[in-house]
Amino acid sequence: MNELLSDTGEAMQEPVLEVEGLRTHFFTKAGVVKAVDDVSFTVGRGEVLGLVGESGSGKSMTGYSLMGLIDPPGKIVAGSIVLDGIALRTLDAEHQRHLRGNRIAMIFQDPMMTLNPVLRIDVQMIEAILAHKHVTQEVARARAREALVKVGIPSPDERLLAYPHQFSGGMRQRVAIAIALLNRPDLIIADEPTTALDVTIQGQILYEIQKLTRETGTALIWITHDLSVVAGLADRVCVMYAGRIVEQGSCEEVLANPAHPYTRGLLDSVPANNERGQRLKQIPGMTPSLLDLPPGCPFRERCSYADAECEVSPEMRPMGGPGQSARCFHPLVPVHV
Amino acid sequence: MAIVAPSSVVERGVQSPLQRVVSDFLANPVAIFGLGLLTLVVLAAVFAPLISPQNPYDLAQLDVMDSRLPPGSPAPNGGTFWLGTDDQGRDMLSAIFYGLRISLAVGVISTVCALIIGLAMGLTAAYFGGRFETLVMRIVDIQLSFPAILIALILIAVLGQGTGKVITALVTVQWAYYARTVRSAALVEKRREYMEAARCLALSPSRIVFRHLLPNCLPPMIVVATVQVAAAIALEATLSFLGLGLPITEPSLGLLIANGYQYLLSGKYWISFFPGLALLLTIVSINLVADQLRDVLNPRLQR
Amino acid sequence: MLVFIIRRSLQSVVVLLLMSLLVFVGVYAIGNPIDILINPQADQAEREQAIAALGLDKPLYAQYFTFLGGALRGDLGKSFVHATSALGLILERMPATMELAISAMVIAVILGIPLGLWAGLKPNGVAGRTIMAGSILGFSLPTFWVGLMLIMVFAVELHWLPSNGRGPTTLLLGVIPVSFMTWDGLKHLILPATNLALFNLALLIRLTRAGTHEALLQDYVKFARAKGLTNSRVIGVHVLRNILIPIVTVIGLQFGALIGFAIVTESVFAWPGMGKLLIDSINFLDRPVIVAYLLVIVFLFILINLTVDILYSALDPRVRITESKG
Repeated sequence: MNELLSDTGEAMQEPVLEVEGLRTHFFTKAGVVKAVDDVSFTVGRGEVLGLVGESGSGKSMTGYSLMGLIDPPGKIVAGSIVLDGIALRTLDAEHQRHLRGNRIAMIFQDPMMTLNPVLRIDVQMIEAILAHKHVTQEVARARAREALVKVGIPSPDERLLAYPHQFSGGMRQRVAIAIALLNRPDLIIADEPTTALDVTIQGQILYEIQKLTRETGTALIWITHDLSVVAGLADRVCVMYAGRIVEQGSCEEVLANPAHPYTRGLLDSVPANNERGQRLKQIPGMTPSLLDLPPGCPFRERCSYADAECEVSPEMRPMGGPGQSARCFHPLVPVHV
Repeated sequence: MAIVAPSSVVERGVQSPLQRVVSDFLANPVAIFGLGLLTLVVLAAVFAPLISPQNPYDLAQLDVMDSRLPPGSPAPNGGTFWLGTDDQGRDMLSAIFYGLRISLAVGVISTVCALIIGLAMGLTAAYFGGRFETLVMRIVDIQLSFPAILIALILIAVLGQGTGKVITALVTVQWAYYARTVRSAALVEKRREYMEAARCLALSPSRIVFRHLLPNCLPPMIVVATVQVAAAIALEATLSFLGLGLPITEPSLGLLIANGYQYLLSGKYWISFFPGLALLLTIVSINLVADQLRDVLNPRLQR
Repeated sequence: MLVFIIRRSLQSVVVLLLMSLLVFVGVYAIGNPIDILINPQADQAEREQAIAALGLDKPLYAQYFTFLGGALRGDLGKSFVHATSALGLILERMPATMELAISAMVIAVILGIPLGLWAGLKPNGVAGRTIMAGSILGFSLPTFWVGLMLIMVFAVELHWLPSNGRGPTTLLLGVIPVSFMTWDGLKHLILPATNLALFNLALLIRLTRAGTHEALLQDYVKFARAKGLTNSRVIGVHVLRNILIPIVTVIGLQFGALIGFAIVTESVFAWPGMGKLLIDSINFLDRPVIVAYLLVIVFLFILINLTVDILYSALDPRVRITESKG
């Protein structure tokens, strides 16, 4: 039995999610897009993991792969996903469906698009319950109402009878969160849930989700491109680039002492980290096309530390603080021996 | 790594728009088939007098004794009635060729007239806007909410019968489609910069409309016109079948089918069936070509 | 909602008045009203008598009001051929046409939506492609030709079904004569209804397929699957409810077209409906009947459009809310 050690060296329970060597490729007419290319990480019970990266880094695709929502021409070609001891890829479609929305749930970015505009809220909530539990309509309705109360939606009875377009953006996202929590999943994947909302609402939603997951002990994978969101929220963070995880570690450690030049670049480019009146720091170049990745480190073209050594793909190695690791031949922190 | 443009971009720039359209069109085997079929039909219609074994409307050549013979029967002058004969002893094959001619002619003429009228109305409506546009488009909307056959029938009822009146009815039914299509396209084009530039140059309205607006609105019109030729042919055939279309002196395919209707029940199917088949092939080939044209001319699919 | 209905109803009345004006102008001002309304076999004295009686010697606007008055009372003239009320003749034939049109719509919906769904869910399969190719044929083929083929195959060659006419009728609700309640009646109904249905069937297949294809790309489908719902629920409830809205609109609007196309089908199958009456009237120059038919059709169309508008706003919750605010 593998025993994981937390930052302080205490023994922890078995992780709720273990991803090993995940590869999701899209077989298009133009070529093979390696959206997720050898991704491995674990999520402990009740832990909040931040999955950070620019658009096109593969972070959303990782989320979809975990949920089993990859459609042709995409396919998970390799790797294992173990949810609470259950190997997801070995299950048939029907068993996977039983876990979806039940033990593992997802919140999407744009709540207007994710709620069906022609169906009432109560219908959309009750069906999420009835798909997995054998309860009566009344019980399901009561649970739905309770969930709305928990996410802070006033007049829940009226709201249940309403349609999505009658809610504001922030309220809709709360409904989506409520739906995700309905069946008390072990893990929730939140794919940029606050990006489409006003800044003031963002803060509220962040707070709500944090509070709820702490209360219920649900683990959370928070996918975002915004480091500042991750800073206050996550326990651990994974930084993705071009389909790979290039650095992971505890949130404090990675943000204070990033190992990978890309992470450093991301941190530097946050306007708050820049000085007034000075030119904003940017990472030079553009994210590479996933169709045509050059061999070696994918960040090579844009990295000021790159040299001939980087023409070989680096492996994840522990470096820097405890629990921190990165894929880099020229990290900014000392490598563990 | 990828600083040089891929070679395919360079090659494409050399083709003129027309060349591109043609090459795209021919890339689809279904379209080639449709075009081939259509060419056959048109050729048959144009050269009908030359390729028909018999002139079916020359009464001297007809013999009532030859009437209602099944396909493949031998003809008195040594040939064969490949598709049988009708109730007057006419060779079906010849009748079909002549009928194709008339059907196609009426279809094309009415489409062209409707196109011109519809274009004119739609373009002026879009260009001048305001109340004129609203009025024209209301009329178009109301007309399009009624089925074409109904409008055509009422017009025939009011105007009376005859070739000219049938063409008038067909034109009246169709112009609205063109007006609507060209107006939508023109509205989009009106907002483009080159229109702004033309207006700044104080070009006369007719010049702006004809030299600038019109050519850019043409692609969707070509598609609509092609489909409408098929629709016009079908509508004329329907009218003739009902006895309210072209007079007997101009026997289109519809009339031939009508002639054979009464013989269906007694098993002499060929008098209706073969003209119907010819009609079918004409309409289907036009639609196949139109479908491919639509994909090829769609600006959203242009690279 | 009520405001919406009232507003639309008023608009419809205006359109109806306008159309009546159009018909009036067509008959009285452009066409020769004397020919249209008076039996051409009447002699000179009878003509002058009729002209005076019909008020044709009065100014045009006065004639219009007389016309309107007559229309409201249900008097649209007497048929030349049948010597009875033109309107009465049409109303007599209406149940037959309605039965045909409704049957055709039912066939088109029952076959069209599932086939379109299938083609939309599996667009690249053999079934999907065949369905789409078939649909192209469906609306490019002229209705009358298909009717002839149907007669040829099913009546002449196979002898399964009768080739024309309407079967025996029974009374629905004690008032309306319908033929589908008897087996013989049904046999007579199948071919013409199928013939009439084809165009709409093709249209519905294409529409449903396009709608399904588009719906499947939407996020709410992904979210529904993320909730762990069964495939049948995702498609049967989430997708279907969304595509039904435009489809219902089309069905409503196409109903008007069906009544128009019924003219052809009724002629091919000798079905005793309004359409056949119209053709006969045109052939016999029975103009009062033509005028009456026109007005009835216009009225029907306006009614259908109004119903569709109301139905649409009932189905799409988004429209309902914005309309009530406006």
